[in-house]
Amino acid sequence: MLLREVEYARPASVQEALRLLGANDGARALAGGQTLINVMKARAASPDVLVDLADIGELRGIELGSDGTLEIGAMTTYSDIIGSAEARARPILGEVCNQIADVQVRNRGTMGGNVCSNDPTNHLPPLLVAIGATMTIVGQNGERSVPAEEFFLGVYMTAVGPGELLTKIFVPPGKGDGFASVPIGKDGTCIVNVAASLDGGAPRLAIGCVDAVPVLLRPDSAEDDAVRAAVRSANLDPPWDVHASADYRRHLAEVLALRAVAQAAGRT
Amino acid sequence: MEAVSRKTITVGVNGEQYEREVDARRLLIHFIRDDLDLTGSHIGCDTGNCGACSVLLDGTLVKSCMMLAVQADGAKIETVEGLASEGELNGLQQAFSDHHALQCGYCTPGMLMSATALLRENSSPSEEEIRKAIQGNICRCTGYVNIVEAIKAAAQ
Ligand SMILES: Cc1cc2nc3c(=O)[nH]c(=O)nc-3n(C[C@H](O)[C@H](O)[C@H](O)COP(=O)(O)OP(=O)(O)OC[C@H]3O[C@@H](n4cnc5c(N)ncnc54)[C@H](O)[C@@H]3O)c2cc1C
Ligand code: FES
Ligand code: FES
Repeated sequence: MLLREVEYARPASVQEALRLLGANDGARALAGGQTLINVMKARAASPDVLVDLADIGELRGIELGSDGTLEIGAMTTYSDIIGSAEARARPILGEVCNQIADVQVRNRGTMGGNVCSNDPTNHLPPLLVAIGATMTIVGQNGERSVPAEEFFLGVYMTAVGPGELLTKIFVPPGKGDGFASVPIGKDGTCIVNVAASLDGGAPRLAIGCVDAVPVLLRPDSAEDDAVRAAVRSANLDPPWDVHASADYRRHLAEVLALRAVAQAAGRT
Repeated sequence: MEAVSRKTITVGVNGEQYEREVDARRLLIHFIRDDLDLTGSHIGCDTGNCGACSVLLDGTLVKSCMMLAVQADGAKIETVEGLASEGELNGLQQAFSDHHALQCGYCTPGMLMSATALLRENSSPSEEEIRKAIQGNICRCTGYVNIVEAIKAAAQ
């Protein structure tokens, strides 16, 4: 496909990238391109300038802090996470990354791109909400930290404003996590997905694909009845499409919530 | 540094160095097929779903319709044309032929690159590992069984 004319720059630092993004209202960050290139082909968006983040070393890498917190650069690919010994500190991360799409997409797609695109069917938004991740956003006016549950604002919309960059994702230590989904193929795009974490005391559940942003629920306990009650009282109003009716998605949300919690409970 | 709409890039493809001026909007697959005239890599879906355009970029399997050519500046690329040497099919290609792992052949260049990437990392993959490795490659003819058999045979 021939794309609309676009300008391209590959800066080597976050500062330089911010300058380029700030210099033109039509500038967009380019991470793995596994969403953005398709968006440009479809002309759903036609940026004037692409600021490729590939050469910015400080946006890559996975570090395990002494308190067990993982610091993950936004440009870290799914394959990097799957292959990383450090990332195994929170095993669910690699397990879920290994269910995204296929080898080729996992080799290019990034942690930052997955959350910044905030497609409601993506794997990582509900996961990062459930496990209580924190995002670092940098702009001309400095740096701020946003908890994952406040990061996702709407379909394709996040707390990252125009001219800003997501630089890092912090993941607290923990092992009692679960993830359950019904994807369209064996892996890949989900019809509904649910992430659960039992580490922080009260259970945290995040349901994906049923609303514009992950739906965070905090059932009173990890017992089946409590989990069911929490999903029912959320009064989900999911979209319907060729893959599933709204009713079926509501049904899956409950079933998958139970499965995700059961998996998490087996690991605490 | 300023953003540019056209740029001279240098890439190594199958061991040969190429320097070309390209539009920033040019997809890597078009650069490979139309600028370098290496038409082995195919375009099936042009949406990242079928894998017919798969190539190795610095040893990593990618879909070349999901990248810009300028993103590959400085990289080493391997395409299906690099597999055979002096007119001789390599072991993997021969195994595809022996096991009837292709019918129309449209998916084959991408399948071969995905299998190449797998076998470099894992010299004796299980059937499940093979299937996971070619998940990003769609074949509308064979039903996959013979492709899996061919990759298994090539691994031995
Ligand atoms: C065939 C196929 C199947 C897929 N299946 C799945 C799936 O099963 N599950 C899933 O979760 N995803 C899936 N995806 C989407 C894929 O995971 C994308 O990689 C991801 O959504 C976007 O990440 P990216 O790094 O490619 O970002 P890009 O496409 O480069 O960018 C996406 C958006 O985020 C912005 N952005 C990126 N990084 C930053 C940053 N650091 N700061 C600010 N803004 C930024 C960009 O400007 C752009 O608007 C699939 C994609 C394809 C092509
Ligand atoms: S043409 Fe690139 S994935 Fe189909
Ligand atoms: S052989 Fe025809 S698509 Fe695979």
